[in-house]
Amino acid sequence: MDKETKKVLFEPLVDNNPITLQVLGVCSALAVTSQMSTSLIMALALTSVTACSSAAISAVRQHTPSSIRIIVQMIIIASLVIVVDQLLKAFAFDVSKKLSVFVGLIITNCIVMGRAEAYAMKNPPLQSFIDGIGNGMGYSLILIMVATVRETLGSGKLLGIEILPLVKDGGWYVPNGLMLLPPSAFFVIGLIIWGFRTWKPKQVEHNEFKILSISHGEGGHH
Amino acid sequence: MEAYISLFVKAVFIENLALSFFLGMCTFLAVSKKISTAMGLGIAVMVVQTLTVPANNFIYQTLLKEDALAWLGVKGVDLSFLSLLSCIGMIAAIVQILEMTLDKFFPALYNALGIFLPLITVNCAILAGSLFMIERDYNFGESVVYGIGSGFGWALAITVMAGVREKLKYSDVPAALQGLGITFITAGLMSLGFMAFSGIQL
Repeated sequence: MDKETKKVLFEPLVDNNPITLQVLGVCSALAVTSQMSTSLIMALALTSVTACSSAAISAVRQHTPSSIRIIVQMIIIASLVIVVDQLLKAFAFDVSKKLSVFVGLIITNCIVMGRAEAYAMKNPPLQSFIDGIGNGMGYSLILIMVATVRETLGSGKLLGIEILPLVKDGGWYVPNGLMLLPPSAFFVIGLIIWGFRTWKPKQVEHNEFKILSISHGEGGHH
Repeated sequence: MEAYISLFVKAVFIENLALSFFLGMCTFLAVSKKISTAMGLGIAVMVVQTLTVPANNFIYQTLLKEDALAWLGVKGVDLSFLSLLSCIGMIAAIVQILEMTLDKFFPALYNALGIFLPLITVNCAILAGSLFMIERDYNFGESVVYGIGSGFGWALAITVMAGVREKLKYSDVPAALQGLGITFITAGLMSLGFMAFSGIQL
């Protein structure tokens, strides 16, 4: 694998992560992560749609007038999502019921559109395909991290395997029900962003306002 | 009538698209820095939602649903797999028409909302509204109420969020949490607040 491919494939994992840095595709990352099984399926679905749509859009990029490019991209993406949706309904019906509308929402997932606009329109199909896989993996990484925290702390299990023995089964762990509810997804992603940015200080956003520190001697007089 | 009111309250508070289904998050996080712009976007979403959910409902009920083509004498045809494509096409078309109509007849409104309209096509809250409508099999009347309610709920959430963020920018946040991180945690706290409504029985 040459250097360029490696960069395209692995940069979106941490250095240019679609969720924590580009702020794309956040909706589904929050919604499907209360269980590991749904997150894995969602991650797989999104990665394959992003990769295939990037490749397809890149293949027709020289024949698409820029005034109708959004519609062309939409139709390509929507068709791929229909294929994924039907496949899930056929082979993983339970999970597809749990994911409910979120598979359909891959159409408007900003990662897919974002990569199509930002990368696939300017690069050849194979590279776009790899870029799609890379960004899909970046998304999957966050999804798996969030799902691990939420499912383990929320129900003591991971993929149905007991990790923390629950009190009601004679163990010691009292499940934290909040972890299965929507707000915890926000908190967990917020904390992951905190962690990532402490690790990579380059990603820190700067505030428009700075609080000036006042030396202690002056404060007392007023 | 009572059923419609309870559907409306449910769509606004209990099943708030932004805070309990996390829909339209990208724009929710990106455009909630100022109250005025957040409100503009909120109103635009509400208008588009009110138009697209009933329109998609009409198409779904008369063309795509299983045996919906019975009025043409065609039986046993189930086109519901096309609903994704027809929904997104309808949304794109309505947004485009709305943009042109506003530009021609209400230039002041167009200038206020104009920049947000193209964003709305790819706002997942809009598509999700239509998909939820299909999943829950609402009839036409219900779909109108659901469209208004869910749009209003989203607008409410983004306006409140912008209000919080306007105050937040004067606070001393840890460097690595600055910006996106603290916004997520704020949204989490708001979502906790909205959870309080989920105990309401309607």
